[in-house]
Amino acid sequence: MALLLVAPILIPLLAAALTALFWHRPEVQRPIGLAASAALLGAALMLLARTSDGAILVTQMGNWAAPFGISIVIDLFSAIMLVITGLMALAVSIYALGPASIERDRAGFQPLFHSLILGVCGSFSTGDIFNLYVWFEVMLIASFGLLVLERTREQLDGGIRYVVLNLIGTTMFLLAVGLLYGLTGTLNFADLARIAPKVENQGALAAVGMLLLVAFGAKAALFPLFNWLPAAYHTASMPVAAIFAALLTKVGVYAIIRVFTLVFAHEAGFFGPVFLAVAVATMVTGVLGAAMHYDIRKILSFHIISQIGYMLVGVALMTPLAIAGSILYIVHHIIVKANLFLLAGAIRQETGSFALKRIGGLWAIKPLLGVMFLIPALSLAGIPPLSGFWGKLVVIRSGLEAEAYWLAGIALAVGVLTLYSMIKIWNEAFWKALPEDGPSPLPWNARERLATYAPIIALGGLTITIGLLTEPFAAISIEAAESLLDRQAYIAAVLGPDAPRLAEIKP
Amino acid sequence: MNPPLILRTSAPLLLWLPIFVSLYVLVRGHNDPGGGFIGGLLAAGGILFFSIARGPDAARRVLRLSPVSWCAIGVLVALASGLPALLAPGQAYLTHLWWFPNVGVTLPLSTALVFDVGVYFTVIGTVSALFLALVELDKSGESA
Repeated sequence: MALLLVAPILIPLLAAALTALFWHRPEVQRPIGLAASAALLGAALMLLARTSDGAILVTQMGNWAAPFGISIVIDLFSAIMLVITGLMALAVSIYALGPASIERDRAGFQPLFHSLILGVCGSFSTGDIFNLYVWFEVMLIASFGLLVLERTREQLDGGIRYVVLNLIGTTMFLLAVGLLYGLTGTLNFADLARIAPKVENQGALAAVGMLLLVAFGAKAALFPLFNWLPAAYHTASMPVAAIFAALLTKVGVYAIIRVFTLVFAHEAGFFGPVFLAVAVATMVTGVLGAAMHYDIRKILSFHIISQIGYMLVGVALMTPLAIAGSILYIVHHIIVKANLFLLAGAIRQETGSFALKRIGGLWAIKPLLGVMFLIPALSLAGIPPLSGFWGKLVVIRSGLEAEAYWLAGIALAVGVLTLYSMIKIWNEAFWKALPEDGPSPLPWNARERLATYAPIIALGGLTITIGLLTEPFAAISIEAAESLLDRQAYIAAVLGPDAPRLAEIKP
Repeated sequence: MNPPLILRTSAPLLLWLPIFVSLYVLVRGHNDPGGGFIGGLLAAGGILFFSIARGPDAARRVLRLSPVSWCAIGVLVALASGLPALLAPGQAYLTHLWWFPNVGVTLPLSTALVFDVGVYFTVIGTVSALFLALVELDKSGESA
């Protein structure tokens, strides 16, 4: 039991250490990496099974009682995020066996990849805000290594922008943690949730909340802090871009949801309108950015930003339905977005380029690829009965219920523009005739082809499954949302039923 | 530029003295200032002296394994130090255990020490990976 709670941290850590030990032997690294990703998914599923009734699992690292030690807290929301992380790790581990895998593995892909997963899983498991900062740093360092894996000029340029902007974000985070500790005398989420409403200087606390919003917003690529994302993602190699697109921004979103439903919930009246404005601005700028680009990877990168806006609606409205919509949207988005990046890699392999102007005619030669592309593309745009439709439906309905009609209207308009960019990719890559001087397809063997297509087909199948069998996914999202809004249960689970007054509130 | 004769001759001293001190600091860290991190830095300092005096290849021979491997071994040792806690029911991961066997003197043994040794190796590996990359970059720049 205690081991299961830390398994999502230990498995990637073990995998990173073992693959580092066999640095020059990719043939040994690969089975370790695959086994670790599969084990992570298994452990996360077990955690999901144990939390599905709304239970909150807690272990105190090293038996140091909360709020002094580091608590590992896994509630339903954490478990959902861990399952989706395990799924993505497995899909990308398989995909990474595809083209150019030898060069990637020799450059250290495997240890860095598992370090990244370690940071992501740590962020989803921790119950301590300073520990969350540490996991953010682990993620940042690993992701920088992954971003510049091929050591090209383009990658270093994108990588440095990525690191500088993210370092500013994490510095803000550290400042905010320091101020928060000064105000409350504690760093444990549960203890913070208990003490924050009683802090006398609520103005300073709101300022800390804004600092945290900036820090997490930089990570989540919110408006206006999204510039690093399109600058960096399109330079990365495809498996790396896929795992980044799937998980990195979502860790920021997770942190926002966790902190603002738990610690700053009593300030919802102040933060709600801020979140609404940021969510709408993020949706609109992202989708407009995507509309003007003609490189598949850039279009997809801007769409990540746009979609983050939808996920914020939950914390903006703070109703159970809105938060459930956010959770459902995150799950749908991670699967679909990763799949689209995997597909972009496959399209490049089949045509030789990412530039839409230079490629074409794929529908004639690769109809299966076309179908596989249409599933996540239409899902992203929110066409029924695919998963994106349900995500958008819940988000828009919660907007209508909260009488934020303009929010619902903008969310619908952004959906139409999303459809426009997806149709643009479809028209250019699949529909139009191949340009005369187009590039030639890259060579690959049957094994690499299988490694590329297997995760694409599996994730496409999952998108359809969520679309057709929405009931259980929606039910679990609502359960998770209700558990997120029940702060007393979280506090009691971590600190025990009669929490001692350990931390003193300073006047 | 070749390092001066005195530096080259005293290289072994500059290597082993910091390493012995680092081991002392590592063990002392249990109850007093010190520990795996600072000990690892001291040991890596010794290896850095050696790589300046005798060249990065000689420093790599002293390390025997690659710096990345030392990192990996350190992480594995630290990871394993948390596992004995799980033998007792209901204990959390990384709960440390202590033994005081009496063999003439009382030996203070603990899993916390194992954890510190893991940190020690990891720091040696990380720091030497960093400076060996820099020293080797310098050498290759010289020859070009």
